[in-house]
Amino acid sequence: MTAFFQSEFFYNYRRSSSAMIGSALMAFFALAVLLGPFIVAQDPYDIAALNLMDSYKPPVWLEGGDPQFWLGTDGQGRDVWASILYGARISLFIGLVAMVASCVIGTLLGLIAGFYGGIVDSVIMRIADIQLSFPSILIALFLMSAVGTGIDKVLIALTAVGWVVYARTVRGSTLSEIEKEYVQAAKVAGLPNHKIIRKHVLPNVLTPLIVIATIQVGTFVLIEASLSFLGVGVPITQPSLGLLIKNGFDVLFSGLWWTSVFPGVAIMMLVFGINLFGDFLRDELNPRLK
Amino acid sequence: MFGYLLKRLIQMTLVLWTVSVIVFLMMSFTGDPVFMVVPIDATDAEIAQARRILGLDQSLLVQYGRFITSLVQGDFGNSYVFRQPAMTLILERLPATVEMVLVAMALALAVAIPLGVYAGANPNSRISRTIMAGSLLGISLPGFWVGMVLIFLFAVHWGIFPSSGRGDTAELFGLRISLLTADGWHHIILPAVTLSLATMAILLRMTRAGMMEVGRQDFMKFARAKGATRRDVLYKHGLKNALIPVITIFGLQLGDLIAFATITETIFSWPGMGKLLIDSIYRADRPVIVVYLMLVALIFVIINFLVDIVYTLIDPRITLK
Amino acid sequence: MMRDTVKQKLLEVRNLRTHFHTFAGTVKAVNGVSFDIAAGEVMGLVGESGGGKSVVGFSILGLIDSPGKIEGGEILLDGEDLVRAGEARLREIRGRDISMVFQDPMTSLNPLHSVGRQMDEVLRLHSDLDAKARHMACVEMLESVGISRAAERLKAYPHQFSGGMRQRVVIAIALLARPRLIIADEPTTALDVTIQSQILKLMRRQIAEKGASMILVTHDLAVVSEMADHITVLYCGNVVERGRTRELIEAPAHPYTRGLIDSIPDLSNRHERLKQIPGTVPDIRNLPRGCNFRDRCPRAEAICAEIEPDLVPQRGSLSAACHFPLSPGDTA
Repeated sequence: MTAFFQSEFFYNYRRSSSAMIGSALMAFFALAVLLGPFIVAQDPYDIAALNLMDSYKPPVWLEGGDPQFWLGTDGQGRDVWASILYGARISLFIGLVAMVASCVIGTLLGLIAGFYGGIVDSVIMRIADIQLSFPSILIALFLMSAVGTGIDKVLIALTAVGWVVYARTVRGSTLSEIEKEYVQAAKVAGLPNHKIIRKHVLPNVLTPLIVIATIQVGTFVLIEASLSFLGVGVPITQPSLGLLIKNGFDVLFSGLWWTSVFPGVAIMMLVFGINLFGDFLRDELNPRLK
Repeated sequence: MFGYLLKRLIQMTLVLWTVSVIVFLMMSFTGDPVFMVVPIDATDAEIAQARRILGLDQSLLVQYGRFITSLVQGDFGNSYVFRQPAMTLILERLPATVEMVLVAMALALAVAIPLGVYAGANPNSRISRTIMAGSLLGISLPGFWVGMVLIFLFAVHWGIFPSSGRGDTAELFGLRISLLTADGWHHIILPAVTLSLATMAILLRMTRAGMMEVGRQDFMKFARAKGATRRDVLYKHGLKNALIPVITIFGLQLGDLIAFATITETIFSWPGMGKLLIDSIYRADRPVIVVYLMLVALIFVIINFLVDIVYTLIDPRITLK
Repeated sequence: MMRDTVKQKLLEVRNLRTHFHTFAGTVKAVNGVSFDIAAGEVMGLVGESGGGKSVVGFSILGLIDSPGKIEGGEILLDGEDLVRAGEARLREIRGRDISMVFQDPMTSLNPLHSVGRQMDEVLRLHSDLDAKARHMACVEMLESVGISRAAERLKAYPHQFSGGMRQRVVIAIALLARPRLIIADEPTTALDVTIQSQILKLMRRQIAEKGASMILVTHDLAVVSEMADHITVLYCGNVVERGRTRELIEAPAHPYTRGLIDSIPDLSNRHERLKQIPGTVPDIRNLPRGCNFRDRCPRAEAICAEIEPDLVPQRGSLSAACHFPLSPGDTA
């Protein structure tokens, strides 16, 4: 532990204001997500707790605002702040789960492609290449339109889009490790594949994977938001931040901006925080040519 | 050269064929299009007849065969909703989308390249740091939300720009183009800006990274050792090298623009093929969805090919294989 | 080509200090280096890799970028101090009065510009010749470095040349504006052994013809013993010995130099083990007190850990920084 705090990594971390801001934002959201339901008075999805008389109250600093709902309320009297906290949970949940699924599947496929080579490798890489030449949002959109909406479907779509980058990275790492002479020597001596994976491939590929995974959470949050905004994402009963924005869009033209703007700010801060930290990670974990 | 072209052609056809298979399979397993065509109170006999007419009673393979043959002939069938050839519907709206994408890309390049070069050449200056923070923000923003904010500020609140729709068009080579009219520009500004932001940010970051990478190269120092000015070394020696990675992603970014145009067109009610796609997804208008996907696949495949060609023009080390 | 008259000092380096400020501490790459070069002379700058030799060369041309900085000392070119000269003045000097040959020919040239364009650049910067005259000069120079069909090859790109040919191009560029001093930073290290001697012969001929001086930076004593008139030996940023080549190679005064010479494999003596200097170069961010070499020196005594030895004249042309310098005939 102390070794970590004395390391070059931590030294640079303290010197990098962006890294600190980034992780502060991430920590804020992590806390909000974990503690959210306990710190807001109102559960925005409990119909009984809503009062239509509270609908469309503006933020507290504007005229007509109510200190009970500091960011205002939506058309059904829901507290925007509470909705954001609940929505952030869903957005983050989707982002994290999809990331883990992509990582696991992608790494597996990458290892298989790297170790077995031949036709298995060609097929996997061909699919990967074709997928990469299309924008992920389009693939996700298309999949969602085919399989229907719902959180599980969103997860499937995101995973289908996200595995590629892991597969390629891991395959590359695997191939270069297999080529190394000490690995070939070990193989001749009878070292089984899974040991090669554990001792040689994974340690080398770990740092790029961490960077990719971190940033991918942010990417997934954005894609899910877009899908939900278009109506092919999460269901109405479990609105993510993207769906909240969509719901607010309809009343935007009447000047009721807070129901859609604030959730957007939330997404922005979350993804920005992730990207800040991810940037810092990428600079730090890359082998430097000093 | 000819061998290379042939090889590429085969590759492109392969990709398109794979896409067609995937599209077909996905479409086949989602819902029964028969109900799009027959009225709600149709009898079983009428439903069965409709199925026969649409060829839905045949085996999957046969259906795919028919699908592919008509595809190659450019016949995608009629839209379930509009009762017109799906292909025509999409092509009518293509110019609108292309307009917006081109303006967005031009905007992105015009801002990203100069700023990226500056940020890469002076990585530690205050301005550079601000630029980089801004670009990071740019890729963290949900595009549709930015569009909404822009609509609210510029259209609803200040009333400077229109909040939706495409401006007046003039005809050029048989195509209706709104960029030829002032009203057209008036309408395209907000959507194009919205669309361009993410790409602008990414291109900026790539340019900066390229410049910084190039700055570390020996030949830059060698040029300085000849007595060249820092500025000359940067722009005459460095820039072209730095832009090579940018070209790599340019093609992908163009693709992304076309993809995100679907969202932007939806927000701004821009009558492009993206909006048509979204609407068709809602209405389960299969033929239109299929046309869109195949057309877009074709466009992407062509873009990738062109980018590779451009590559060889810029870098003498790369030859067509 | 030796002149008998009192040689004009072309370059005088006095107590040069160039430091790099990094995360892990300050690296004193060059820490009090002094030497002189007269017109027409070749000086060998010898030392281990990472010992600061290249930094000396870049310091002279003012090409030290952050986190490095020249902290002190003087670099006098004909009496003008380059350390205090502005960037504009340095640009006039670079390529024209002093030019440099880099170590790795594979990365010294811009891959996107033709060879001709990169050669032309030097002339455009430092001469008034018109395009045609410049072209002719480039063709001539390419031919004189041994590249045939020069006019054609000017249009080619660097990747179309082999390593040895690229280095010839780099040398041609370095010679084009007729510099008085050429800093050659490990010019042959990246090349095959067979090409190495070709390139060295080429360089020797060129500087002799043009009466130029050269600083030959290298870790290879064998190379330097062939080419240099006098040698400066660097260890951990300090000069530990200098003197005329013959004397230094035959009977060095500093144990480090002795060690370097001894570690050159001797084909005639096949039965002896290869000698090496024991130990490793100390961490340059944390140099030991006293003499930098003491941990590896067979002659070290207590005083070596206390007091850093000054560079003092020993015998003949040799000066060494050692408390217990070798005498001729000593085998360390």
